[in-house]
Amino acid sequence: MPDGRDLADNLARLSLFADLTRPELEALAHTVDEEVFADGQRVLRTGLSGAGFFVILEGEASIQVDGETRWTLGPGDFFGEASVLTGEPPSADVVAKGLLRCIVVAGPDLERFLLERPHLLLRLLREEAHRLRTALEWRA
Amino acid sequence: MAGVEERPFPPGDYDVVVVGSGPGGLQTSYSLRALGVRHAVLSADEEPGGMFRRFPVFERLITWTKPDAPFERGTREYEWYDHNSLLAEEPEARALVPELMDRTSSMPSRPEMEAGLRAFAERTGLEIRYGCRWEGTRREDDGLVLVTSDGEYRCRAAVFAVGVTEPWKAPIPGVEEALHYTETGEPSRYAGQRVFIIGKRNSGFEVASGLLPWASQLVLASPRPVEYAILGRSVVRARYLEPLDEYSRGGAGAFVVDVAIERIERTGSGFRILTRGTTWPGELIFEAEQVLVATGFKTPLLDLPALGLATVADGRIPALTPFWESVSVPGVYFAGNASQGSPGLRKQGLASNSTSVNGFRYNAVVLARHLAETRFGVRAEPRKLERDEVVPYLLSELARAPELWVQKGYLARVLTFDGEIRDEGIVPLEHFVDEAGPDAVAVAIEMDGKATIYPAVYVRSSGRLVERALPSHPTHAFDSDDHRRELESVLGPLSR
Repeated sequence: MPDGRDLADNLARLSLFADLTRPELEALAHTVDEEVFADGQRVLRTGLSGAGFFVILEGEASIQVDGETRWTLGPGDFFGEASVLTGEPPSADVVAKGLLRCIVVAGPDLERFLLERPHLLLRLLREEAHRLRTALEWRA
Repeated sequence: MAGVEERPFPPGDYDVVVVGSGPGGLQTSYSLRALGVRHAVLSADEEPGGMFRRFPVFERLITWTKPDAPFERGTREYEWYDHNSLLAEEPEARALVPELMDRTSSMPSRPEMEAGLRAFAERTGLEIRYGCRWEGTRREDDGLVLVTSDGEYRCRAAVFAVGVTEPWKAPIPGVEEALHYTETGEPSRYAGQRVFIIGKRNSGFEVASGLLPWASQLVLASPRPVEYAILGRSVVRARYLEPLDEYSRGGAGAFVVDVAIERIERTGSGFRILTRGTTWPGELIFEAEQVLVATGFKTPLLDLPALGLATVADGRIPALTPFWESVSVPGVYFAGNASQGSPGLRKQGLASNSTSVNGFRYNAVVLARHLAETRFGVRAEPRKLERDEVVPYLLSELARAPELWVQKGYLARVLTFDGEIRDEGIVPLEHFVDEAGPDAVAVAIEMDGKATIYPAVYVRSSGRLVERALPSHPTHAFDSDDHRRELESVLGPLSR
């Protein structure tokens, strides 16, 4: 993804951003930061405060608890929001599995970021509900 | 010019090749030399200074150097008050920029800065092969080959300190008709004109401020709103906010608008710019005699992307590890402005401060030491501390260490407790947090979402990391009795 227009294009492909108009996507592409992580680099750290909200653009990441992989995330998946919204440090590590490209919304900016984009907030909520349901089914 | 045979660093094999003779290249070479790492320095220019030989356009920097300060020139503590001089051990090469300033402003002029860099290269006797242009790169065996206008250089590691200096225009239809920031020219040519400026970061605001006395109307436009309410975290420096001040008080002399620019069209006498609101619904069409594109610069990466070099920000910045190595091409390092490609932990969204000399001069010192230790087995013996020295030392670092104050949340002072107490020096905090190792403490200065500055302590004990924020202080006195008590309690058994 060589330029800003392409970042907006890439965001448009992700279901989380499906309701945004083109100018909104461009504003979004200028609002978020983009970061690429090396294989094995940590993105989110258990117990460390100040996390951000990440959405995967390219590559995979593993969710690890005590060094053990519990889940693998791929393009379109997001993480970090639970820590930011509850104000609690992450309860798992997220580690790049190969080269990993994400967009990042800084923790202090997330609340406004979501409130300014209610459709995105709704999609996020749906995904959270889905995750909760899956977790409950696992437990049952 | 000297004959080819008299120039230093002829083509051949070197341990490290540094490309560039701006502040990043000069600081890296100085620091590698101090550690005894054999390296060549190549520069396409004919003299030192890098971007400061030409920029900023309006000839005034945005980072301060205060000739008089609470600490003496030449001391380590003084570096906080002088964000533009490079770092040296020898007194005659320290704090050179304030010597050269006429005190018209606390921000040096471009010629003052350029003179400071030239003086640094001269007084430290740095050797540079000028007029030698890096033209290409390839992998060979374990190392790299840099193809240059003078021939081929083989090395185990290359440090590219080539600036973020290649003009870059956002890909807007019709943008090729507009001038880039670098082509602004004399402000008088804009007298009485309507000027449309694309970009609302420092270069856009710099041009707008510079044109206020000339243009009849200024429009600053980009998709993202300007964030300036929290000054400590604002991208745009306060001294450039004059156009925003005018806009926020009314009238039609200056507009600062949040729009996506759809198209730029030529008209008989100028341009028509079609835009669509990003923070408000609707469209706006502007007419202007001139369009200036201040959407920034890119790192001149040449063929490195073909070697697999990953980038961010529209392909403009290399994606880097905490020690400024490419995340995807081992052995390729960056110094100078491009070292912003490593943002660090981004706690509370705070990224490294590596886009200006004050931040990246420290990166270069840390990078040189990292290269010496990890690639060439050169390790300076760490200073040992007595137990009762630990707390006062860490407090004085938190109160005054320029590395920690400039590179907030990125660089930390680290001590290890492994039988002996050793000062491991200044280390990227992300590296400390992610590495296993002996019992240790790292201290850093951090900034929260409201721009409150506070000291942070990280204790690694039996492999487990504990983080603690210490209180802030209205005069930044992080060596107070309260801080001492808190630090002692966080360190626990390590301090006793």
